[in-house]
Amino acid sequence: MTSTTIDDAPFIEPSTRQRRNYLNDEYGVLSWLLTRDHKRIAILYLFSVTVFFVVGGIFAFLMRLELLTPEGDMFTSDTYNKLFTLHGIVMIFFFLIPAIPAVFGNFILPIMLGAKDLAFPKLNLLSWYIYMVGGVFGVIVIITGGVDTGWTFYTPFSTQYSNTKVFAITLGAFITGFSSILTGLNFLVTIHRMRAPGLTWFRLPLFVWSMYATSVVIMLATPILAITLVLLMVERVLQVGIFDPALGGDPVLYQHMFWFYSHPAVYIMILPGMAIISECVAAFTRKRIFGYKFVAFSSLGIAFLGFLVWAHHLFVAGISVYSAMIFSFLTMLVAVPSAIKVFNWTATLYKASVSWQTPMLYVLGFIGLFTIGGVTGLFLGALGIDVHVHDSYFVVAHFHYIMVGGTIMAYMAGIHYWWPKITGRMYPEWWGRLSALLVFVGFNLTFFPQFLVGYVGMPRRYHAYAPEFQVLNVLSTAGATVLAVGYLLPMLYLGWSLKFGRKAGTNPWGAVGLEWATSSPPPKENFHHTPVVTWEAYDYPAFLKAMKETQDA
Amino acid sequence: MNDFPLFPEQASSVSPLVDGLYLGLVAITGGVSLLIWIAIFYLAVKYRRRPSNELAQEQEPPMALEMTWTIIPGIIFILIFVAGAWVFFRMQRVPANAIEVYATGRQWMWKFQHPTGQREINSLHVPVGRAIKITMASEDVIHSLWFPAFRVKADVLPNRYRTMWFEATKTGKFHIFCAEYCGTMHSGMIGSVIVMEPTEYQQWLAGGSEGSLASQGEKLFQKYACNTCHMDTATGRGPVLAGLYGQSRPLTDGRSVVVDDNYIRESILNPAAKIAAGYQPLMPAFQGQVNEEDLIRLLSYVKSIPAPQTGSALAVESPQSRGTSAGAQPAAAGAATAPAPQQQQQ
Repeated sequence: MTSTTIDDAPFIEPSTRQRRNYLNDEYGVLSWLLTRDHKRIAILYLFSVTVFFVVGGIFAFLMRLELLTPEGDMFTSDTYNKLFTLHGIVMIFFFLIPAIPAVFGNFILPIMLGAKDLAFPKLNLLSWYIYMVGGVFGVIVIITGGVDTGWTFYTPFSTQYSNTKVFAITLGAFITGFSSILTGLNFLVTIHRMRAPGLTWFRLPLFVWSMYATSVVIMLATPILAITLVLLMVERVLQVGIFDPALGGDPVLYQHMFWFYSHPAVYIMILPGMAIISECVAAFTRKRIFGYKFVAFSSLGIAFLGFLVWAHHLFVAGISVYSAMIFSFLTMLVAVPSAIKVFNWTATLYKASVSWQTPMLYVLGFIGLFTIGGVTGLFLGALGIDVHVHDSYFVVAHFHYIMVGGTIMAYMAGIHYWWPKITGRMYPEWWGRLSALLVFVGFNLTFFPQFLVGYVGMPRRYHAYAPEFQVLNVLSTAGATVLAVGYLLPMLYLGWSLKFGRKAGTNPWGAVGLEWATSSPPPKENFHHTPVVTWEAYDYPAFLKAMKETQDA
Repeated sequence: MNDFPLFPEQASSVSPLVDGLYLGLVAITGGVSLLIWIAIFYLAVKYRRRPSNELAQEQEPPMALEMTWTIIPGIIFILIFVAGAWVFFRMQRVPANAIEVYATGRQWMWKFQHPTGQREINSLHVPVGRAIKITMASEDVIHSLWFPAFRVKADVLPNRYRTMWFEATKTGKFHIFCAEYCGTMHSGMIGSVIVMEPTEYQQWLAGGSEGSLASQGEKLFQKYACNTCHMDTATGRGPVLAGLYGQSRPLTDGRSVVVDDNYIRESILNPAAKIAAGYQPLMPAFQGQVNEEDLIRLLSYVKSIPAPQTGSALAVESPQSRGTSAGAQPAAAGAATAPAPQQQQQ
């Protein structure tokens, strides 16, 4: 180990350093199911979201198999429609939205703040149970026949025409929303009230800034989804005319309400990804993030502007020419803070000490793929192009570059970066790099052809398609196969590392941040002495000096 | 290349504009993305961790640099907005001489009606070099009519008419797709638009039909007994409809409304919504009684009733006459010409 690596945890009593941690503090099923420890709750979430990720991934893979041939020959149309609907619902509501805040936010955020737990530990456990109740509805729907409305539940199809399990799944999504709200509330209060002495706002790691912005969006937007879904259920069950014109409603009203939540929800999914990226860029370049304040405030800028662009999903849906212009303009503005982040992350590499370890490979992949996802958002925001590519595979490719190329790449970076902290063990580095490479190659092979096939004219949500689209679809399916291997490998080697992995030590990366100043895995109370922060964020020399002094004291 | 196109056919007057914008954006964003990728790779290799640089060199970010990469992308993004909006306006403004075609979407087919009375399912015949305006509604859920070769698309709603237009620049057969997910056979809700030379198109039009759309509507007008109240003279219990299309009419509640396709539609399906000033809300609602295709026939007829020449009738209550012959052309006359005032419907 080099001189920049700290192997001792300065805020932990030496006697407990090696022996006691949050994993072996208590034993038994109940000690997990009734835990109020934010770290154990994070582990509960980690298992749950992984299950849903696998389920959603299986749906995706079955779709890609069907799309190998232009004819709809593998599944019936109804089955295919259920596959893409369930893929969307499971991935968005049960994986992407909760994944990073509920796993890494829960585990790392209080430690980063030098706190012993979140502000409301019982509320935190409740949010996991609420999530699981919503998830059970999802599982019941999957088992009892599925739902075929698309994850967007557009009316009047969802309220009057679909005879699948619309009520149960919207109820499930409705319930899960409350889990997000509680998590967001918990984070906001914790960030405001429980920062360690000396940890001022501008000394916060950028992860915290991004989580703060995410929590604000969650708190403000999720209730709108709840209202929208209740109205949908009311119309479907009680036949009260809200969205269905046959009952006197307006179907486009539904789209406004739905996207007023669901566009900010895009930022609920990507901001936590950016949170991880900022941490990893700093850790694997051993450098303060270039333009710290710009990166921090761009998170808030995204959170604010993200509320003003919902109608760019409705350019061809029947809004007026002038509202389309306003929303197109605002959409261009929301691209600015994202561009700021990309430029600053890239600039951080300048004169840095860049490590090519697995998390950093995912980070570099993220920056590249998020850039493509972002600039193709400009295509969709430009009115003249959107009219053509709206509801085509171009859109599918665009949001997968953001959601998979962005959020999931960041999630993978995060899981490798904090795995030693969470489990106390190192993952096998060579396998990590291999899977990062497979994910990158497989991802591009899957989704880049979809930009092309979308512009050529293939509509999304098509079970059967015109023969001239086949070549690009075959490429896409081939890519999905590589991607699947890239995702399966970490499940295997991370599981393997739990038993056979090298012991990680306190700070295997030589990174700054309070989570690297406690032992791995951390004790139940995170720190024995409340840390006093005397250094700026990502200030390597000062942080290392402070660690030394605390150790010596 | 036909088996494996990487670019769609350019077959309408707006296609080159959309493609120009698209390729321009591909060049700009592709260039910038490539630069970022190269920068990432170059910096990550050049400054890779070696024993000599275990710690990075810190430097304060120059404010000028931050402002540069905030403001310049901002300006570029706004220019992209302007270009996109400019093309969008060209797509939305319907040329005055467009041929009016009607479309109905339903699970899972497209029905088209020509002013001359022809009906088609999942195919649409149009002449090359003429603007075609499609007025459309859905019978059930939301659909979306997409002509990829023409680069135009619009959602088709169950509660009102929307319009779209295109002018084909190339003869041939092109895809029609439903782009808004609409249930089981969504991917089967497809068809072809057949673009023909004008002479061929005239021959096609000469093929059998049950009389012009307006004359079909006139029969329905009698069948539903509309004519017992909407008479030629102001003695009827309902307003005189002659010459009404495109006019502004006062309502009983003091507002006024321009008589356009959507107002006529609403007045048939739910007449109580807006009552013309001076009349009683006597008319029964036809919601659920008249299907979309018959509605189009009735609409076409109401639009075609010529204004009385003398101007003595109460039909025209507002003096602002919009064009000399609003809706006055006999719709049966060959390739029908649309009424002059084009309502921009969204």
